[in-house]
Amino acid sequence: MPPLELDSILEGRRSQPHQLIEVLQDVQEKYGYIPEEAMRVISKDLGVPLIDVYSAAVFYKAFTMKPRGKNVVTMCLGTACHVRGAKLLLNQATGQLGIESGETTEDGLFTVEHVNCLGACALGPVVTENGSYHHHMTPGKLRKLIDSLGREKTEDASHA
Amino acid sequence: MKVFRSHALICGGTGCHASGSMEVKTALEAELEKQGLGEEVKVVETGCNGYCAAGPVMVVYPEGLFYQKLTVEDVPELVSEHFLKGRPVERLFYKEPEKRELIPEMLDIPFFANQLLIVLRNKGLIDAEKIDEYIARDGYQAAAKALLEMTPEEIIQEIKDSGLRGRGGAGFSTGTKLELGARSKAEIKYMLCNADEGDPGAFMDRSVLEADPHAVLEGIIIAAKANDAHYGYIYCRAEYPLAVRRLNIAIEQAREYGLLGKDILGSGFDFDLEVYQGAGAFVCGEETALIASIEGKRGMPRPRPPFPGESGIFGYPTVNSNVETYANIPQIIFRGAEWYSSIGTETSKGTKVFALTGTVNNIGLVEVPMGTPLRTIIYDIGGGIPNKKKFKAVQMGGPSGGCLPEEQLDLPCDYESLVQAGAIMGSGGMIVMDQDTCMVDMARFFMDFVQDESCGKCTPCREGTKRMLQILDKICDGHGEPEDITILEELSADIKASALCGLGQTGPNPILSTLRYFRDEYEAHILEKRCPAKRCVNLLKFTVDPEKCTKCGSCFRVCPTGAVIWEKKQLASIDQEKCIQCLSCFSACKFDAID
Repeated sequence: MPPLELDSILEGRRSQPHQLIEVLQDVQEKYGYIPEEAMRVISKDLGVPLIDVYSAAVFYKAFTMKPRGKNVVTMCLGTACHVRGAKLLLNQATGQLGIESGETTEDGLFTVEHVNCLGACALGPVVTENGSYHHHMTPGKLRKLIDSLGREKTEDASHA
Repeated sequence: MKVFRSHALICGGTGCHASGSMEVKTALEAELEKQGLGEEVKVVETGCNGYCAAGPVMVVYPEGLFYQKLTVEDVPELVSEHFLKGRPVERLFYKEPEKRELIPEMLDIPFFANQLLIVLRNKGLIDAEKIDEYIARDGYQAAAKALLEMTPEEIIQEIKDSGLRGRGGAGFSTGTKLELGARSKAEIKYMLCNADEGDPGAFMDRSVLEADPHAVLEGIIIAAKANDAHYGYIYCRAEYPLAVRRLNIAIEQAREYGLLGKDILGSGFDFDLEVYQGAGAFVCGEETALIASIEGKRGMPRPRPPFPGESGIFGYPTVNSNVETYANIPQIIFRGAEWYSSIGTETSKGTKVFALTGTVNNIGLVEVPMGTPLRTIIYDIGGGIPNKKKFKAVQMGGPSGGCLPEEQLDLPCDYESLVQAGAIMGSGGMIVMDQDTCMVDMARFFMDFVQDESCGKCTPCREGTKRMLQILDKICDGHGEPEDITILEELSADIKASALCGLGQTGPNPILSTLRYFRDEYEAHILEKRCPAKRCVNLLKFTVDPEKCTKCGSCFRVCPTGAVIWEKKQLASIDQEKCIQCLSCFSACKFDAID
């Protein structure tokens, strides 16, 4: 991880406690998670007790406390996707990678997550992989997708 | 102004984006250029067209022809045939699923023909990122009228007379809400727009924001004048990046045109607002939690009173309404309360936007007059159930709503009728389920959701929903006991009576409505250890019934792990070692041969 540089994020927001969520969002976007050290800095600079920073950071789903994998595979488990078998996709992904939803594989290649609705209900079940949408997914298609992502990254590594 | 011979309106909503509409747009522009038509045909990216299932969709004017399910490969033919030679490409037309006939024009397609558009009147027609196109469709005329010609009292009276009720769920009179807000003489007041559309399976607000963000802004400006507020927030959930982007563009443009900021249109009225992006918490749809979140805190609700109308954001009076409610206001001011109140039923006026999804042919966004029967929406507009399956239930109102069975299909969709039947209008999610949906599993799904999203502040919601989920899990796993149904009913009543906010108070509704209409399914799970819809994996054997198997091999082809053993003209069987119980073979088998 690069050394923490929060000045650009905190600029103009110092001593304004109500900016907490927005600051956390920017940190999450910049580092992919909320490092503990960042919470300490934010607490001091915004004037929010550390316990409140932590309490907000663990409350919202957009924030994670641990770095995420290179590939983030997200299942939509909204009602429309559920009716069309989204849970089977989650089982497929977690079974294939040997992790639970919300966890990252040991090699840091994959994180599996689920969300409650992406609002793309017409295309369900929907899976996003690093932000790009895959619609009308089946366990078979997902297995191939994860396989190919795993291969890509291994190839990248062998080239490097 | 440059005049084009033809306009190609490509949908740029989230659904079509996901199915590749931007690639089609780029290819189309390049191909038109290549064939020398760049100056004659204009390609426009619109907001959500509404017919998401057919995406990517494109409507070509002046003819009004509707092309669906486009791919990049279709583009050269489209350009050379339609745009160059004037011969429509029939194979890309909409095909009526029952009679298999082609319907070329958009407005003849039943999905569109049976709707009445007020909130969605600009969907798929304008480029949502250009304020001029909204203005050309009478945009901001209502704001001008309200700001220059009407007093706050007149605006409130007009909205009261129109009968508009909040579209976020509870259905409180919008006029009355504004009247209460206006009574407060505080120096600082806030306007708040709830765009934290968290109900799974609902995407109305997202589509409105993507297709017509200015309509929402205009509605907020008018309501702000009525309430004498000068600053506002739109709280939009982070899962809707496109909506957030379009809102920000719209706000920027409105400021440039003097429609936001100081002295709007020379009226002396000041108003500005900003978009606040949520960080992912369903409970923030509850207004007191939403306000806590804007203040930079953990988004937990607090008891009311005081209501936000007295003490809201940072302790100042705050008027909060939902996206769709605000989007109705400009039309009410522009066309008058009398016109608006002529649409709908006695107690529910105007139209309602529904997100029609699930197992139904025409998935998409639907706007119909209040009081329209469910059957009209699901069968006439929605085109019925695909794959010759049977309708089982429709879920309305998300995790706070309920499931209605076939005998309720003639129910008119208005606030009161739905509540009586055990569902709610909610924000407008309408999820159709066919015979393959297990209603116990559905109740379990919603309880899992409520449990997951419970903020943990009050005990009935935090502990009560957990206990209910455990019972439902037990039933789905085949360990249900006869008294479980009674316990579920008791817990439901207690949680409804004692939870702090709407999330907990309505959380048991999906269970109560399924118990009311589908008790036999609960009993089958508990007493016979059988899942009639064959969805609960722990109650299934994963074996092939040799009597029913037609040796077709469909199950073999879909199995992702190679667990199905099959050869041509041989009965299929399943290797239990390899089977991951994914149910792919159950869905593929047309003969109900797998148990």
